[in-house]
Amino acid sequence: MKIMPCPLNGPRNISEFVCGGEVVVAPEPNLCSDAEWADYVFLHDNQAGVVREWWFHVPTAYWFIAERDSRSDEILRTYPASELFNKRQAYRPPKGEAKGTGDGS
Amino acid sequence: MPFGLLKYGFRGGRLPARRLPARPELKPRYDVVVIGGGGHGLATAYYLARDHGITDVAVLDKGYLGGGNTARNTAIIRANYLTPDSVRFYDESVGLYRELSNELDYNVMYSERGHLTLAHTDAAVRTARWRAEVNKHLGVNSELVFPDEIRRLCPQLNLSDEVRYPILGALYHPPGAIARHDAVAWGYALGAADRGVELHQKTEVTGIVRANGRVTGVETDRGRIACGKVVQAVAGASSLVAGMAGFRLPIRTVPLQACVSHPLKPFLDPIIVSGSLHVYVSQSARGELVMGGATDPYGVYQNRSTLEFKEGLMAHILELFPFLAEVKVLRQWAGMADMTPDFSPVMGETPVENYYIDAGWGTWGFKATPVCGKRMAETLATGRVPELIEPFRLSRFAEFRQVGEKGAASVGH
Repeated sequence: MKIMPCPLNGPRNISEFVCGGEVVVAPEPNLCSDAEWADYVFLHDNQAGVVREWWFHVPTAYWFIAERDSRSDEILRTYPASELFNKRQAYRPPKGEAKGTGDGS
Repeated sequence: MPFGLLKYGFRGGRLPARRLPARPELKPRYDVVVIGGGGHGLATAYYLARDHGITDVAVLDKGYLGGGNTARNTAIIRANYLTPDSVRFYDESVGLYRELSNELDYNVMYSERGHLTLAHTDAAVRTARWRAEVNKHLGVNSELVFPDEIRRLCPQLNLSDEVRYPILGALYHPPGAIARHDAVAWGYALGAADRGVELHQKTEVTGIVRANGRVTGVETDRGRIACGKVVQAVAGASSLVAGMAGFRLPIRTVPLQACVSHPLKPFLDPIIVSGSLHVYVSQSARGELVMGGATDPYGVYQNRSTLEFKEGLMAHILELFPFLAEVKVLRQWAGMADMTPDFSPVMGETPVENYYIDAGWGTWGFKATPVCGKRMAETLATGRVPELIEPFRLSRFAEFRQVGEKGAASVGH
């Protein structure tokens, strides 16, 4: 069985994990166009080479990021998502909505 | 009959076996360049020449003809899909397959066996009924059958209740068939070559030349060629080639593994499929059991095989056919499946003018080879996308109008 080094749980069988797809920056759903949203939801780079992906350890419900070579299936590095996503994103209301509502802050 | 055959064997003066012409030099320009010399690309070239008189065509392949996913599928042909769009499309393909050996004057060993999609849960029985009704409405022969009828159609199946997933019913599709997948590619290649199409094996495309949003040529490892139109038919590398042309696809490329057993005396006539167990199995003309299952859990661009796949597949095969426990696996392999989110192909126009796509064939590509070739040829020749393949256009994703084909292989219900 192939081993995935989980940043939280250490090396575990890869059957305990689910691949969550490429790490991409999500457009702001309230502000982006339909085309941008469709692009984000459906289109993938799907390239052969080193890819950066979301992975999920199912028993502990833990999401993290793995860098993997999609040609050799070699896992190069895994790390917590906080390494990439370390800034709080401010809520941006949809166009036309009054400012200061919706996020409860 | 045996004497007739003997006399024929000793008689001289027969035509020599048809051979593919040697690879010619690349010309500086072609009307149409087909990237990918698999079943789909060769069929497209064949129908371009036969139906539309377009013979200034070059088929380029980085390897050899039919050496990619055409050689790596499990060769099942059927039309019992779920959405009307798919049923119409694959039904035309079944019709073309029936006539293909005569049409190409090349035996593709098309063999109608009947196709049983087993249902092990109430939900799967409901889906089977749904598919049967959609099929019948569109004139495709399918019906829901229950264990008494299944026992008659396939007495070898384990219909006991004493298993983890007892068989509650099945979708029976009498036109379900298998064929020799290599012969389909070779037959189309010969037919295309006879009509003047150039076949360039060992010719890798390394870039797509564009100007003002339209394609003007392709870069290959044997030099640059100019062209009028390009069609890419490179299952398993669709995103990579589309990336050269500058656009992205709704595809994740995932290995799909399969294997065959050692040859056995003929015992299994119908093709047996189970969506819940992720199994499909048929017996080839050589007597080998051709077995496949679900796609791998994540994407890799590699044809490796894994033990987990075989353990899972065999556990399910043995539940259906316990007497196969002593049978050995003879060969194993994997193909690259271009999975789309709605389990449907991507065919037709792209953001690049004169650049056409034939991709997203996940686990349903071989059975579509003739219809896809015919309709892609029509698209290229007329510049209009035929109604039959229009639902599978690339732009359907931007319009949020996916096809939602849950009748595809390896889709659980």
